[in-house]
Amino acid sequence: METNYVLKMDNISKRYGESRVLKDVQLHVAAGEIHALMGENGAGKSTLMNVLFGMPVIHSTGGFEGTIEFAGERVDISSPQKAMELGIGMVHQEFMLIPGFTVVENIKLGREITTPTIASSVFGASLEKLDRSAMAADARKALDTIGLGIGEDQLVRGMPVGYMQFIEIAREIDKTGMKLLIFDEPTAVLTESEADRLLETMQLIASKGIAIIFITHRIDEVIRVSDSMTVLRDGSFVSRLTTKESTAAQIAELMIGRKVEKLVDDVGEDTRSIQDDDIMLRLTDFHVDMPGERVRGVDLTLRRGEILGIGGLAGQGKVGISNGILGLYPSRGTVELDGEKIDTAKLGEALKKRIAFVSEDRRGVGLLLEESIQENIAFTSMQIQNRFLKNYGPVKLMDKAGIRAHAQEMIEKLDIRCTGPDQYVGRLSGGNQQKVCLARALTMNPALLIVSEPTRGIDIGAKKLVLELLGKMNREQGMTIIMISSELNELRSLCDRIAIVSDGKLTGIFAPDASDAEYGMAMSGMKKGGETQ
Amino acid sequence: MNKNSVAGNNSGESLKRALFDNKVIIMLVVLCFACILIADTNVSYIASEVFTRFGRNTCLVLALIIPCLAGLGMNFGIVIGATAAQIAIFWVVHWGFTGIFGFLLCVVLCTPLALVFGYLLGKLYNKTKGAEMITGLVLGFFADGLYRLFVLYIIGGVIPYDDPNLLDRGFGLRNAFDLTGNIKYALDDISFLTVLALVSILMILSTLAVSLHDKKKGNPMDSKKIGIRLVTGAAVLVFSFVARMIPITNQLFGGTRLIFTDAALFGGLGLILYGIMGFLIRRSKGEKGPGKAIGTAVLGGLLMAGTVIAPVREIYQSIQLPAAAYAVICIFCMFNNWITNTRLGQNMRTVGQSRSVATSAGINVDKTRIIATCISTVLAAWGQMIFLQNLGTFNTVQQQSNVGLYAVAAILVGGATVQKANNKQAVIGVFLFHTLFVVAPLAATKVVGDSAISEYIRMFISYGIIAVSLAMHAWKSAGGNKNKGADAQTAAAVAVTSGASDLPDSSS
Repeated sequence: METNYVLKMDNISKRYGESRVLKDVQLHVAAGEIHALMGENGAGKSTLMNVLFGMPVIHSTGGFEGTIEFAGERVDISSPQKAMELGIGMVHQEFMLIPGFTVVENIKLGREITTPTIASSVFGASLEKLDRSAMAADARKALDTIGLGIGEDQLVRGMPVGYMQFIEIAREIDKTGMKLLIFDEPTAVLTESEADRLLETMQLIASKGIAIIFITHRIDEVIRVSDSMTVLRDGSFVSRLTTKESTAAQIAELMIGRKVEKLVDDVGEDTRSIQDDDIMLRLTDFHVDMPGERVRGVDLTLRRGEILGIGGLAGQGKVGISNGILGLYPSRGTVELDGEKIDTAKLGEALKKRIAFVSEDRRGVGLLLEESIQENIAFTSMQIQNRFLKNYGPVKLMDKAGIRAHAQEMIEKLDIRCTGPDQYVGRLSGGNQQKVCLARALTMNPALLIVSEPTRGIDIGAKKLVLELLGKMNREQGMTIIMISSELNELRSLCDRIAIVSDGKLTGIFAPDASDAEYGMAMSGMKKGGETQ
Repeated sequence: MNKNSVAGNNSGESLKRALFDNKVIIMLVVLCFACILIADTNVSYIASEVFTRFGRNTCLVLALIIPCLAGLGMNFGIVIGATAAQIAIFWVVHWGFTGIFGFLLCVVLCTPLALVFGYLLGKLYNKTKGAEMITGLVLGFFADGLYRLFVLYIIGGVIPYDDPNLLDRGFGLRNAFDLTGNIKYALDDISFLTVLALVSILMILSTLAVSLHDKKKGNPMDSKKIGIRLVTGAAVLVFSFVARMIPITNQLFGGTRLIFTDAALFGGLGLILYGIMGFLIRRSKGEKGPGKAIGTAVLGGLLMAGTVIAPVREIYQSIQLPAAAYAVICIFCMFNNWITNTRLGQNMRTVGQSRSVATSAGINVDKTRIIATCISTVLAAWGQMIFLQNLGTFNTVQQQSNVGLYAVAAILVGGATVQKANNKQAVIGVFLFHTLFVVAPLAATKVVGDSAISEYIRMFISYGIIAVSLAMHAWKSAGGNKNKGADAQTAAAVAVTSGASDLPDSSS
């Protein structure tokens, strides 16, 4: 029997400039089923959903290729409004709620019930009067459907996050003619019991014949509620599975996949001898309160001379670890460098102890975009170590010549492609900007280098250069490095050990050649094996 | 948990909270009192001056509310609406129209002009999202320049304009434009009885029109409510005519100004009756407690009591209310309220709270913002008409230039913030701000002994008040963050959202 698909997306391709983020992807969803859409960060899930929802970000960057069939008809979804008219709804990852509005106003947002008045018959429908009681009745019905017992006239401000999620859902099911509902990582911000309720609600909605696309990376949830799934990897379609016939390990392996490309060619001879008892950095019960990247109790040790990778999916806390050590976000627990405690509450303390940091937020935190390359390179050293300064009595002035000479040296050493040390950093390409960040970190003569997402947003050639540079510094100068990256492949090609973080906690430390399934399970938070310390 | 203990805890806490929330108002009240004490002048003078200024300025301040709802902040661009009114006046006076007809003609003429200005202003605001206030402020200066060119050269120089107001050189207007004898007090001189008659006729007509409309559309109708409205309207209409026949009432209400003593006497009586009725209705519905009704009745009683206490009566007697101007203020307030209860108003509020959410809900953000700006500009033009007809003579070149500044200062003083403003805040703000405006120069003169300082003091007050109240509101939000963290979360969410939009696929 032919399955009755409510949504058929075929041969979807999408480019952002030069980079191809979707390649011939297909997504088929049947009516009334919960279909999981799985993949790592950057696998193309969001882009695919943006295509389906007709988001402006797609159409302002040249549109996409491929066909979309909805409810048996070929459709052209050019705007979110069009998608909504067709009966596609989305429960957003970031809540599209207005805190200053009541629950009713949020549920009925943009779809208020109105009664015509004299003014509206003269000046048009926008002056129709709101029928607040009818709106409240509708909202109540939607809230009751999903079993949320809150007052419909309460303000959304100050409500628990879980409630907000349910209000979003109520808004979607209040829309008439809803055929397909997209849940974008709905459980990411919920507590366990809230997540349970959400999954039940999803099943309830599906049982009414509404198809659901469930975007997530939590394998256990997928196995629990979904009927089928599509796995994406690196913007390509990998497989469409029926959940009943799949195992967790199999799904994890499909998500990660073995990547054939070799990222690093040559980093020099490995003459290091890494001692298990020569501990450089020790984190004990480390918590970081970084919004969106919360760390909830990590114990981790770093041996002198090694490259330690920290991997995991976005939002799970791997970035929080580095920002916590540097004191950019409040943290608790202890951080010891060579047995000496670092006071993370004091900003700059870690820098003074010669820990250099290359931030994941290159353009925001990492660089002074409106300044020259030489000033960017020397800036931290001037600030923290009082280098590149000339003393004239009480006045300290910048040693321009010294900075320039040093910048020139770094430009040659790291092969920064630029017109000279005076060029503004904002004009450089992503890869060269990253090299400037590294140059600045190296200028500090660090004992420990922490690089966070060193290859984000730079092209493949520059990626390789940056990684090789890190490898060389480790091999030749014996620099200890912590490398944090969302790209597992990158970590595997360079690191000695890779720690995986999920939900703010360590789920395992693996050797680079551990199996994909092991990595996949650890990333989706299913604690399993790995070499623990 | 024990509910009582929580409530007990809360009452102290909520008092503190209430004081903190109203700190800007409290600061102003303290300042005003201090100035009154220092100035040591006749309170009657201050009261009459403040009430006159209230009738003159409030409409301009009310014009700020709608753009604030739509997230445009304080619309300093109302200066441009004010110029529309002045341009209309130049021609209406030139053509020789006078009285209320001339005034209404000005209103009719300045409206399309203000709409065009508002549209352009809205367009500009849409290009400078997030910086509307500074845009409005600077555009006000820019428009000032254009307007000067118009007034000093184009009138008479390019557009033929043969009028005694023209400078001797043949083009450009004289510095002072006198409205005496044409539209000075055109609105203010309408007697209370005429206002009553007009309002009641309006009420009857609108009730009839609405019920006919509802009948045609098949909307549900409340025949009892319609009946009450029609009967009240008819009764008021009859009263307004009968009162002219009776010497006493004609003397009380038929003049060009309404003496506050009479207004307090009858208004107080009305409030007491209204309060008692409300109380009885509550009882009949079986609700317990006195509710707000008693408060209304007590307020009415206090107002009435003032008329028999000699010193207060003296103050009352000195206050002369222009009935029509006050009626227009009420209409402006009602208009603002009505707009918020329409789909358009809801869209404005949504846009004001979050443009991205509004877009995803299918609301045309840019259009909504332009409509809000247009409404504000038109209201400002009308407000400036009311202002000028009361003032009677104005500075041709720069009368409009401080309109935005004073209006914004007034509404901020009333407790409004850049994100949130309502009618109540506007009304309270105008009272406080203009009280200070009247008494501060007096106090300063007393202290320094030189009256030349007063204009300086006024500028100082307006800018100072804007700065201080903005700072105090910022203090409020910072305190809120500490207590709740909800705003911090919102801020974090916004940060995450904006970060995500830079990297389209980073969060998949």
